[in-house]
Amino acid sequence: MKKINTTVLAAAVALTTFLAAGCATEREHHASPEMMKKATIAVKRDFQEKGIAKMDRVATDKLQDICNRSGDNPSPEMAAMLESEQTTTLKLPADGNYMGDWKAGEKLAQSGQGLTWNAKAGAPNGGNCYNCHQISPEELSYGTIGPSLLGFGKTRGYTSETQKYAYAKIYNSKAFTACSAMPRFGHVGALDEKQIKDLVALLVDPKSPVNK
Amino acid sequence: MKYRIAIMAALAVTWTGSVLAQAKDPTIAGIEKYREMLGDDNPAELYEARGEILWKKAAGPKNVSLEKCDLGLGPGVVKGAYAKTPRYFGDAGRVMDIESRINWCRETIQGFSTADIVKKPFGSADKPSEIEDLLAYVVTASKGMKISPPNSHPKELEAFALGEALFHLRAGPYDFSCGTCHAVDGMRIRLQELPNLTKTADAKGAYTGWPAYRVSTSRLHSMQWRINDCFRQQRFPEPKYMSESVNALITFLAVMGEGAEYKGPALKR
Ligand code: HEC
Ligand code: HEC
Repeated sequence: MKKINTTVLAAAVALTTFLAAGCATEREHHASPEMMKKATIAVKRDFQEKGIAKMDRVATDKLQDICNRSGDNPSPEMAAMLESEQTTTLKLPADGNYMGDWKAGEKLAQSGQGLTWNAKAGAPNGGNCYNCHQISPEELSYGTIGPSLLGFGKTRGYTSETQKYAYAKIYNSKAFTACSAMPRFGHVGALDEKQIKDLVALLVDPKSPVNK
Repeated sequence: MKYRIAIMAALAVTWTGSVLAQAKDPTIAGIEKYREMLGDDNPAELYEARGEILWKKAAGPKNVSLEKCDLGLGPGVVKGAYAKTPRYFGDAGRVMDIESRINWCRETIQGFSTADIVKKPFGSADKPSEIEDLLAYVVTASKGMKISPPNSHPKELEAFALGEALFHLRAGPYDFSCGTCHAVDGMRIRLQELPNLTKTADAKGAYTGWPAYRVSTSRLHSMQWRINDCFRQQRFPEPKYMSESVNALITFLAVMGEGAEYKGPALKR
């Protein structure tokens, strides 16, 4: 019985992953790689630091460069390579515990604070999650750039695998989808370990409104 | 001030009366109501009126008016000029949006220094900047015309291509580009609808939506400001005012919005 459950669960997880990927929206992009190169030069000339937003922010990294040049549509081989490179940078919690406090996670998901040039240096960043995702059923003001996360733990199973996936996805979305629209919150240091754990709890804790 | 109170009152009424479950942004309903109250009036008209006086008044180190300014249709022609920008200006050797061009005239005709002009380009509710007044006057003189940037000079084509590339350039701590928020149909950030600026249907409305008088800030904002503020949301450093990059993005948006009828400064949330 246990065995069958696990198989069904694995199939369900695979299916949801497939569906989520299938829904990933194609963005219109017609600029040529040469023009994208010119754009990277133009921003270095035409921008200036302001507040906490310094000029290093317009120096693109390798992943951004490849996504930019390919119109967010790298070849499957290139995408796989980028995803495995991003995976090697994942820093999972040393204590092997992925879950924090879902209430703190809800607050973080609500907050769009942080990293803009008018944000206070050193103030904790929000998660911006509701800007792009439906999460708790009570919150009706949600964006639609990302898929709905309603019932996330319930559909995927309250397992350590689900917790680990949620942690890793929030830490570095590009480890799973090379040119995802979702930020790499942990990778760039926008969210710390405790904050990501709280967000995982919001998505996977059976007590969280997400799973009611 | 009278305007401000009227808007706030209109919004307050709709806000309290609004149902949260309603998908439509309650503030949009508020603005519709406010429009009904005022007929076709818009506080931007105050800017326009001040702008016309400024345009015709001798000012600057050279103490002359802007009446000889060439906005692209010849010296002194204001009517319809905005609808045909951004464009390449041979005397300046570059593509300029309407705001850059008005500032060019303030520099070359009136003798203001570049430093003066770029110092504080965006005004505040109690201290509007002169460029925003002038801008309101100039754009309103294209009311009823179709947006038709020339998009034919090699420099204009280059500006469009650079603007399109900048639109898709992902960078910064969140890997955002304009396209993250504006290149798919029917997306929202919270309840805010996001135009797909790579499609003409949405781009027309977005391009003609600026400059706009914003109820939430009680002031008129230019397209230069709109781009500046979206880069802030994008977590980039600040684009320099009137820089080639900003003008290229405005060129991209104008060409995408080509054919839209210009109705004068908009009224927004
Ligand atoms: C700019 C928009 C954006 C923001 C902000 C954002 N996401 Fe996402 N997210 C996406 C998109 C788009 C996807 C789907 C594509 C993909 O898998 O990368 C996604 C996918 C996910 C997934 C995987 C869903 C699945 O079914 O596999 C999780 C979990 C997730 N996001 C959680 C979060 C959390 C938690 C936050 C806040 C810290 C957040 N996201 C912020 C856009 C965003
Ligand atoms: C993180 C998401 C995000 C990014 C990135 C972004 N924008 Fe926006 N943009 C918005 C939102 C939200 C609005 C609506 C704002 C409002 O009405 O208060 C908006 C509004 C606009 C509008 C006005 C639309 C209208 O109908 O009034 C234009 C034009 C625009 N953006 C252009 C850009 C450009 C160009 C870029 C890249 C420099 C960009 N945006 C990047 C979120 C974004």
